[in-house]
Amino acid sequence: MSEAFLDNSLFRNIYCYVAGDSDGCVAHGYSSGFLPGGWEWVAFALTAFVITNLFIQGALGAVLGLIWGERRILARFQNRVGPNRWGPFGSLTSLADAIKTMFKEDIVPDQADRFLFNLAPVIMVVPVLMVFAVIPVGIGTVVADINIGLLFVIAITSASGLAIAMAAWASANRIAIFSGLRAVALLVSYEIPMALSLLGVLMITGTLSMTGTIEAQDVPFIIVQPLGFLVFFLASLAEMSRTPFDLTEAESELAAGHLNDYSSMKFGVLFLAEWAATIAGAAIITTVFLSGWRGWEPIPSHIWFAVKVVGVLFAIIWIRATWPRLRIDQVLTLAWKGLFELTMINLIVTAILTGAMADREADGSLFSTSELWIMAAVNWAVFFPSIYLIGKLLAAKPYDTDKGETLPAYPVATEEHALEGVAD
Amino acid sequence: MTLKTEPVSVNLGPQHPSTHGVFRFRVTFDGEEIKDVEPIFGYLHRGSEKLAEERTYAQVVTLTDRMDYVSSMLSNQAYMLAVEKLGGIEPAPRGVWLRMIAAELQRIASHMVAIGFLLQDLGAWGTPLTYAMREREAVLSMFEMLCGARITNSYLRPGGVFMDAPEEFWPTLDSFLDALPHRIDELESYLTGNEIIFARTKGVAVLHPQVAIDASITGPMLRASGVDWDLRHRDPYDYYDRVQFDRPLHNAGDNFARYWVRMQEMRECIKIIRQCVEQIEPGPVRPSHDDVPFLVRPPAGDAYAAIEGSKGELGFYLVSDGGISPYRCHVRAPSLINLTLLREMLIGTLMGDLFVSFGSIDLNMGEVDR
Amino acid sequence: MPGQGLLKGLGITMRNFVRPTHTVQYPDRKVGLLGAAKHAGQNPLKFLRENPREGIKALLYMATVPEKVEQATRFRGNEFTWYETRCTGCASCAKYCPLGIIKIVTHPGGIDVQEGESYAIDVFDIDTGRCMFCGLCVEACPYDALHMGSQFERGNYVRNDLVIDVDELRGNLKRPSSWYRPQFEEREFNPFKGKTIDEEDHHDAGRHEQPSPDELKQRWVDERK
Repeated sequence: MSEAFLDNSLFRNIYCYVAGDSDGCVAHGYSSGFLPGGWEWVAFALTAFVITNLFIQGALGAVLGLIWGERRILARFQNRVGPNRWGPFGSLTSLADAIKTMFKEDIVPDQADRFLFNLAPVIMVVPVLMVFAVIPVGIGTVVADINIGLLFVIAITSASGLAIAMAAWASANRIAIFSGLRAVALLVSYEIPMALSLLGVLMITGTLSMTGTIEAQDVPFIIVQPLGFLVFFLASLAEMSRTPFDLTEAESELAAGHLNDYSSMKFGVLFLAEWAATIAGAAIITTVFLSGWRGWEPIPSHIWFAVKVVGVLFAIIWIRATWPRLRIDQVLTLAWKGLFELTMINLIVTAILTGAMADREADGSLFSTSELWIMAAVNWAVFFPSIYLIGKLLAAKPYDTDKGETLPAYPVATEEHALEGVAD
Repeated sequence: MTLKTEPVSVNLGPQHPSTHGVFRFRVTFDGEEIKDVEPIFGYLHRGSEKLAEERTYAQVVTLTDRMDYVSSMLSNQAYMLAVEKLGGIEPAPRGVWLRMIAAELQRIASHMVAIGFLLQDLGAWGTPLTYAMREREAVLSMFEMLCGARITNSYLRPGGVFMDAPEEFWPTLDSFLDALPHRIDELESYLTGNEIIFARTKGVAVLHPQVAIDASITGPMLRASGVDWDLRHRDPYDYYDRVQFDRPLHNAGDNFARYWVRMQEMRECIKIIRQCVEQIEPGPVRPSHDDVPFLVRPPAGDAYAAIEGSKGELGFYLVSDGGISPYRCHVRAPSLINLTLLREMLIGTLMGDLFVSFGSIDLNMGEVDR
Repeated sequence: MPGQGLLKGLGITMRNFVRPTHTVQYPDRKVGLLGAAKHAGQNPLKFLRENPREGIKALLYMATVPEKVEQATRFRGNEFTWYETRCTGCASCAKYCPLGIIKIVTHPGGIDVQEGESYAIDVFDIDTGRCMFCGLCVEACPYDALHMGSQFERGNYVRNDLVIDVDELRGNLKRPSSWYRPQFEEREFNPFKGKTIDEEDHHDAGRHEQPSPDELKQRWVDERK
């Protein structure tokens, strides 16, 4: 058995305490574990099981926490109290909800395609949980530090659109079909700016590995790549169908969209996958643009990562609490005419900058800290004009009124004189 | 290559989260575009007009509360004006001032509800709705002071109101009127300048003034199309000829204009209430029981009285045969009549605009179905 | 600058984020140690020592303190307040009820101290399950015997339990609402604070024109001369 997996410190730490005389462990400075020699495969399976479980349970727990936190924070934005009955500050509310969901009757509509109907929740939840495998949540704490991490993330998250379309089609519900079609439209449109916005980061880091991306961030890329961050943030909002792009589950239009006919734990799994996708999205944003687990000592790296993820989630909830939803044509217009152009501008600027400073530094990295700061300055100088331009291009034209240019100057009829020019 | 597509007809409602009650659309979609709409209503029909024939004139007030349940004071007012006209009752001045104050407060509350739910239909996840509801709650608390109920007021009686306002009402009203402009400013700087709201509502479901007039549409919806028609100004009832106020107009006639007109009208309501408070005088709030007994017996005949309700011209047509209850009662419900152009407004717009345009009419199913 | 309105919106929601809530937790409010100790009127440490069970709950912010919304005195509540000595059994309330849900059965009774000759009440049923609390019965009562109540918690599992019968009316705590009772407002009577108006001192509450018991007795004697 090749022992390359021992490079992963998280894996090694568990494996080497279990496995017997292993050359790889000895090479890494571990003494012999408690299993006899020749039983390494048991140690391997055990370790894999423990780590997988750890990450999946962690993700599920985080979902429960997020649902509670979102409800509390949303309530605060709306000047309410929020759930506060079960547990301290209502923190057990989502647990109670989960238990209640399990005991609901499992209904499959008569005309539903039973196979696809049952398959859709699985298709939805598996890719989301797989994303967590490549995200480093602390120094060395990553399930699989594969060298194409970013590509993996972009590829695997596309499956959620398929799952929504599948769920919508299978439930044989005309309202749900709208949701499925919208999901596909969103997916097709937003994959492109999402991938292109990461390209700028890629040029600076020179690696697709998540760990490599974090290590390259002497300056967080939110500062170096403002346009890239904005586009990636908006595109990932669309990918996880959050406000203002929550068209697939537009409550005031489609009731619950593709979830209309789901009940019991199938609904629970779909719901969970959606929230897990939010957490995964926030984790990716943290990793790529907020320098992941990096922070100042002595606070451990895991805490730094958690704090940043919570911050991103708060911003997402804040936006959800504030902005209304865009219409489908506006969403697609934004993707093709707005975000796509912004990524292009970003790519061109970054390409020129990386070309100009393409000498390898002494410590092996592509750019030194001061070079990153220069890039940041140039990028910010480009940021505002391009946002202004694109905004001007996309924004709805104001009313063509010669009575005044600002809003309160609209015609007001008074007691003295009726308004001229309006029907009477 | 051409794809063969066919329109899909979808039932939206009556159990749909944003139909403002129980309303049903049968919509024909071509993709996301609306090709045809058939509104179906009557799910909330309770026969209020027929029930009114069985009750005395005073008892019918309780039925008018339940027609438009977000602006019951205005329903009360319209009904009382019809009864006074029918019976030739001279109202007590203080009672009239009080019911004008109550009606304008109710108009603020009703417009708040309209704006809040319009934003809810736009998908703003309840935040503008809770802000609007917060201001409405202040109004409802004042109604509780006045008449002991928040929604189903039954405050008005033939010839005035049932009881004078309590002493603590006046300072509360004063502080409310002081605070409200700031609240409206806050709401407006949150919503009116918002690019998403502007993009979503501008140029959607446009109503031409002539079309609106032909369909006898009234209220803020008509004023949003640029027609200067306000019954408080054109045909002043109560003491509206003694107060000065402006009438906000917008000549775009789209969803944004309807939202904007409601927003500005709340400011005018504040002006009117302030003038009412200045001009109100002490005195009886209703005619004595000798003049207007509990059982009103108007002479045989008919009367129609209309007010500018929060949604449009709200009129009551009463026929009396000289008995203790109306022989016939008909309500000109603005919600129902404003609904008539729904199909014309919606065809050609997208799925996402459907409920926004519907919400911008500001209808109330209790009043549509009665 | 495009996007300005969106950012302004974010600012306004954030301003509301830090504002105190405008909702009331009913029927009880969750409090921490400080709130619980304040409710018990002790200092926190003493509270924790004396009732450790409650103290631990309070430390987890799970202790509860009863809370109620503030009501106006004219609130039309759903338990009715009725003064039997003042009621003559005229059934005006039953007549004026828009829904006809008041049922009164009487037989000729003795002499009422205040009102003169009256009927004794056998049945006085108010079906609050159908009542819409318009208060017209109270307005119709010529002797101010029936008042609206001030409470609103009469939820039940059985529909028939919503019918208020005469015994319940007799036994109810007398917390009348000041709906259509200006004399209460003149006395600044508040049903949510202070003492209730009991059967014995109900004449303290007054009437529109309140004759004294002696006057009434004299009037009764005069009429029968």
